[in-house]
Amino acid sequence: MASTPHDLDNLVAQKYQHGFVTDIESDTVPPGLDEDLIRLISAKKKEPQFLLDWRLKSYRHWQTMQEPHWAHARYPAIDYQSISYYSAPKAKTDGPKTLADVDPKLLATYDKLGVPLHERARLAGVAVDAVFDSVSVATTFKDRLSRAGVVFCPFSEAVQLHPKLIEQYLGSVVPTTDNFYAALNSAVFTDGSFVYIPKGVRCPMELSTYFRINAANTGQFERTLIIADEGSHVSYLEGCTAPMRDENQLHAAVVELVALNDATIKYSTVQNWYPGDENGLGGIYNFVTKRGECRGDRSRISWTQVETGSAITWKYPSCVLLGNHSVGEFYSVAVANHYQQADTGTKMIHIGKNTRSTIVSKGISAGHANNSYRGLVKVAASADGARNYTQCDSLLMGSECGAHTFPYIEVKNPSATVEHEATTSKISEDQLFYCLQRGLSQEDAINMIVNGFCKSVFKELPMEFAVEAQNLLAVSLEGAVG
Amino acid sequence: MTTNTQNTAILEIKGLSAEINGRAILKGLDLHVRSGEVHAIMGPNGAGKSTLSQVLAGRQSYAITAGSVLFRGEDLLSLPAEERARRGLFLGFQYPVEIPGVNNVYLLKAALNAKRKQAGLAEVDAFEFLGLVREKMQLMQMDESFLSRGVNEGFSGGEKKRNEILQMAVLEPVLAILDETDSGLDIDALKVVANGVNSLRRHDRAILLVTHYQRLLDYITPDYVHVLMDGKILKSGTATLAHELEARGYDWVREEAAHT
Repeated sequence: MASTPHDLDNLVAQKYQHGFVTDIESDTVPPGLDEDLIRLISAKKKEPQFLLDWRLKSYRHWQTMQEPHWAHARYPAIDYQSISYYSAPKAKTDGPKTLADVDPKLLATYDKLGVPLHERARLAGVAVDAVFDSVSVATTFKDRLSRAGVVFCPFSEAVQLHPKLIEQYLGSVVPTTDNFYAALNSAVFTDGSFVYIPKGVRCPMELSTYFRINAANTGQFERTLIIADEGSHVSYLEGCTAPMRDENQLHAAVVELVALNDATIKYSTVQNWYPGDENGLGGIYNFVTKRGECRGDRSRISWTQVETGSAITWKYPSCVLLGNHSVGEFYSVAVANHYQQADTGTKMIHIGKNTRSTIVSKGISAGHANNSYRGLVKVAASADGARNYTQCDSLLMGSECGAHTFPYIEVKNPSATVEHEATTSKISEDQLFYCLQRGLSQEDAINMIVNGFCKSVFKELPMEFAVEAQNLLAVSLEGAVG
Repeated sequence: MTTNTQNTAILEIKGLSAEINGRAILKGLDLHVRSGEVHAIMGPNGAGKSTLSQVLAGRQSYAITAGSVLFRGEDLLSLPAEERARRGLFLGFQYPVEIPGVNNVYLLKAALNAKRKQAGLAEVDAFEFLGLVREKMQLMQMDESFLSRGVNEGFSGGEKKRNEILQMAVLEPVLAILDETDSGLDIDALKVVANGVNSLRRHDRAILLVTHYQRLLDYITPDYVHVLMDGKILKSGTATLAHELEARGYDWVREEAAHT
């Protein structure tokens, strides 16, 4: 049966649902980057000296580095002096806030985004830290969490309340010198979330941070640090959106996870930054460094990501498997439509004995988009009995898009087992026609087929968000076949 | 049956011509089907049998160049494929496609609800639906594991065809077009499929069996048999015509048609 590619090509007319701007008075520093700016940010946050020194050291190193261009993505050079590095909604009062003190406009913004900050609202079982541009504006369920001994607060608050933990762990997984964007982030990061789960504690609820970029011409540089002490367990989710703008905006985050003996961290991301319009104008440059260290024996770190947004995505949530019998997992759905470019994957570094890792990557390309999986599986000489299983599947919708796979495998221990499977397929005209002939609409048919393709990743998401992820996928691919 | 005067017209095809990639496949085909009837469309390979099925179901890769098709008095060709399905036209595929990760039952429930919505009926809930599917599964001798599997995923040829008839049983179409339903079936599977089809014969339903071999017609006796050759119906008759074709092949039909 001959196919009709023009049918598949039409389904590309995405509507971005979070593109509004909140009109709120902000305290925004002028564009530009130098040591004075870094001192200013540090002073605004009333940071201890060690942190300012750490920032300045990062900045000086960053100045010696080159912007990396090995990713399968094209974009004009970024002018780092034209970005504003700090923007915060003006607060009526200083100091720690309760929900009652939060500007109603901000509460309304998060309501509109489907993340109500009232503790009895829809996400009743989830604690939320809401980060708006450069600062955290609210954190819910703090009391309930603190009764369990769990620390969940804005990063800048943690700097004040838990400076020892910050000094001990900050940069211990992603060093300031790690890469260009990590160095930049270390110099200018503004806020983010901090989580500490004490020994033996199972976090009583899902933790979640919702990142929102609102101000124009700003970059968002957040920093997240999660420490799971021995025998503890935590599930954390982040969500991200931004207004529709014609200019590209930079988002360069660093996330560090530390799992000690027998600890488990499950980290899920639903990334829906503004992807740009159907002609590729605007959108977020999402250049993110995420890494977890399974420092303890039998520890486990699991990354699950659903990436539908951003003009360019450059991120490789990774696991360093130091502890013996530790486990790293990476489950990813990356959707690229229109002119989006996604270069994403993971690194699994096996160092401890009998370490195991699983990689399941589902890439969906539509329109003129390019979607690349880039992954490294490295087995050190010390990693006796290490095992990895990798599965990379790509789904193409239409004839103008691309799917690419760049697997790197380095094995230095003969007892290791490394498996790699990869497939590339198209939503076939036959599958589509089969569903239409059963009475389904074109949109429903495509959603169903794509969701089927992503099933093994979606089932890893916390239940509250699995449905959201499916809906998001439907919106992202709206009009991708017509 | 055929003598019942209350039978209404289901399908009226007049002078239907269709091509794909500029190559003419159907060349002025006429066919009339009334409710309660089972018609068999037979013909050699490449005669246009599958094209006819696909064109009726609304596959867009074919261009209609002439003719008209009425489905219960309504212009079928102006409707998109999903609208035809919702109005009760069912195609049992020759090669049912696999849709990995999509649950069988999920697709079937979505299909039934799309049809019910069209008819102004409320959607069936999951519990009610499961009862219905279990009942029909017994008819097709399908085991419980089918409920949790992906659409045709890893199905044997026989399972795929049984699945098609199961879908037909659940969707209760007005017109069922079964395209080479017997191909790739061993004799036991063929009997199951044929029993399923026979149980679905009704006074208000028509069935079009598209088949290359007479074998299927040993189990499903058609009211009419048509020979499709060179893009049109060259000869029509009753069930005995199928036996004649089995014995003599197809060439004589073309010669006979040339002399009349």
